[in-house]
Amino acid sequence: MSILLFIEQVLNGLQFGVMLFLMAAGLTLIFGVMGLINLAHGSLYMVGAFAAAAVAGATGSFLLGLAASLVAAAAAGAIVEVAMIRRLYDKDHLDQVLATFALILIFSEGTRWVFGSFPLYLDVPSWLAGPVTLPGGIQYPAYRLAIIGIGLAVAAGLFALIRWTRIGIRIRAGEADREMIGALGVNISALYTIVFALGAALAGFAGALVGAIQSVQVGMGEPVLILAFVVIVIGGIGSIKGALVGSILVGLTDTLGRFLLPVAFGAFLDPSSATTIGSALASMSIYILMAVILLIRPTGLYGSD
Amino acid sequence: MRREPLINAAILAVLLAVPLWAWWTDEPFTITLATRVVILALAGVGLNLALGLGGMVSFGHAMFFGIGGYAMGILASQAQDYEPLMEWPILIEGTKSMPVIWLTAIVFSALGALAVGALSLRTTGVYFIMITLAFGQMFYYFAISWPAYGGEDGLSIYVRNEFPGLNTLDPIQFFALCFAILLAVLFFMSRLAKSAFGLALVAARQNQERVQTVGIGVYRLRLAAFTISGAITGLAGALFADLNRFVSPTMFSWQTSGEIMVFVILGGVGRLYGPVAGAALFIVLENVLGGLSEYWHIYLGALLLGVVLFARGGLIGLLAGREVAHD
Repeated sequence: MSILLFIEQVLNGLQFGVMLFLMAAGLTLIFGVMGLINLAHGSLYMVGAFAAAAVAGATGSFLLGLAASLVAAAAAGAIVEVAMIRRLYDKDHLDQVLATFALILIFSEGTRWVFGSFPLYLDVPSWLAGPVTLPGGIQYPAYRLAIIGIGLAVAAGLFALIRWTRIGIRIRAGEADREMIGALGVNISALYTIVFALGAALAGFAGALVGAIQSVQVGMGEPVLILAFVVIVIGGIGSIKGALVGSILVGLTDTLGRFLLPVAFGAFLDPSSATTIGSALASMSIYILMAVILLIRPTGLYGSD
Repeated sequence: MRREPLINAAILAVLLAVPLWAWWTDEPFTITLATRVVILALAGVGLNLALGLGGMVSFGHAMFFGIGGYAMGILASQAQDYEPLMEWPILIEGTKSMPVIWLTAIVFSALGALAVGALSLRTTGVYFIMITLAFGQMFYYFAISWPAYGGEDGLSIYVRNEFPGLNTLDPIQFFALCFAILLAVLFFMSRLAKSAFGLALVAARQNQERVQTVGIGVYRLRLAAFTISGAITGLAGALFADLNRFVSPTMFSWQTSGEIMVFVILGGVGRLYGPVAGAALFIVLENVLGGLSEYWHIYLGALLLGVVLFARGGLIGLLAGREVAHD
């Protein structure tokens, strides 16, 4: 095993983790401020990817596609919030799970109805298509490197937004005490819509970015959604910092597990069974990580009770 | 006179009458549909113990459904290949005998539920929902990446397993067998709900601190309920695999967990016959709406939204009114 290959895998893990962060940040914000568990977050991811693929396909511009993903997902989020989600804030978690599960069904079938069952493709823009040579002679796809950069920039922007802007102060106040900020004259329902649309935009943006590496299809959001759940369980629900640490942990564990475990088992097993056992274990590795962290800290790394 | 027992009796009567009528008019497809209802209802009855009585919102019950399914798939495929499952340290052979398969399914799904429950019940609320969902997904990916039993393609069993004294290939006889199991489990659940265990479980859902104060260990209580709940859903999984003579990782998928939950909610959370009514309604909708439109899930989603927002008690709650509401 060469060290170059290892570094490449670490970068892949980072890229995966950064994408998970965009999903997990929205989920954890929405839960932190409104106390809502949103299964339909994966659908917003899908909406973003489809909007990007459709617009980029029609105009030929990847950047317009990205912008479309932000707008479409934020708009879909805001509409759904106003029409339905806001009725769920004071219901119990079971109702929220079911109602948002129902939304998944509606979103998925609606998308299948509009776009058909065949996957769409979103091409990586030509100016990011090739590999770049990193210090040390590592060839790495420019697009994936750009994703890492964009993801980290968005994360930094999100932290700044929450730390320093008025809306960020309101979001933090909303997490601390919902009724109090309503009593202080903040328009709480507008704040909820904004937070939901912000989370939706992040998810849609992630969907569009990933859509250029994978195919854009119905049902693409749910596997990512469940991983994002693992991330916030690890990081602690409601904590953006926890979401960032959890995403990077999950991204690295998953990618490196798939890469290293078959190699590790190869040291004392024949190659074919080493690959079998290694890859089967690797597919479980992040859940094992989650179980271990739960044993040590039941409310996650940065969670409070 | 309370209406709920009457409604329950009516549900059972219809569930029995439809396949009998189909048998009379020789429509095996309808019998198979009714068998599906019975088996899915059984899975829902299992979840209802955790969800309705215990208040544990498990979004991972597909893992027990799948464990039951694979218990059947593995034992039967080894038997049909005439290869023992294990030769050392003791010889274990595959089997085509339903009672043995059921027992295996129950034992392994109970063990799975015990392990997953022991970890997940350290948390509550949203954490619990997400963790059960994640563990379910773990089993799903494991089933996909483990090639020995079909991996992603699943496993086909050519002949339905055997039950002493019955011809299980005859749809009506297999239906009768599943129906008898459902009745037995429903009877068990009705006794369990009235037992000290069941009452403590309900009390712990309503007020955990009080139950703890009178000296009942809530964690162990919930873990026991979760384990029984998983075992029942596992049994349903084994039957479901036998109905289709096919198991695949889909049985483990999060959609399956969601559907099992939908049966419970459509029928009425915490009602003994809720999952039966819910599964029946689901299958009827699937066939009626599925015939109208390829995109019937949109209507299902809209209906589900309606139930969540406006009709909390589900179908049975709607029919029986709030006389025995559990909240």
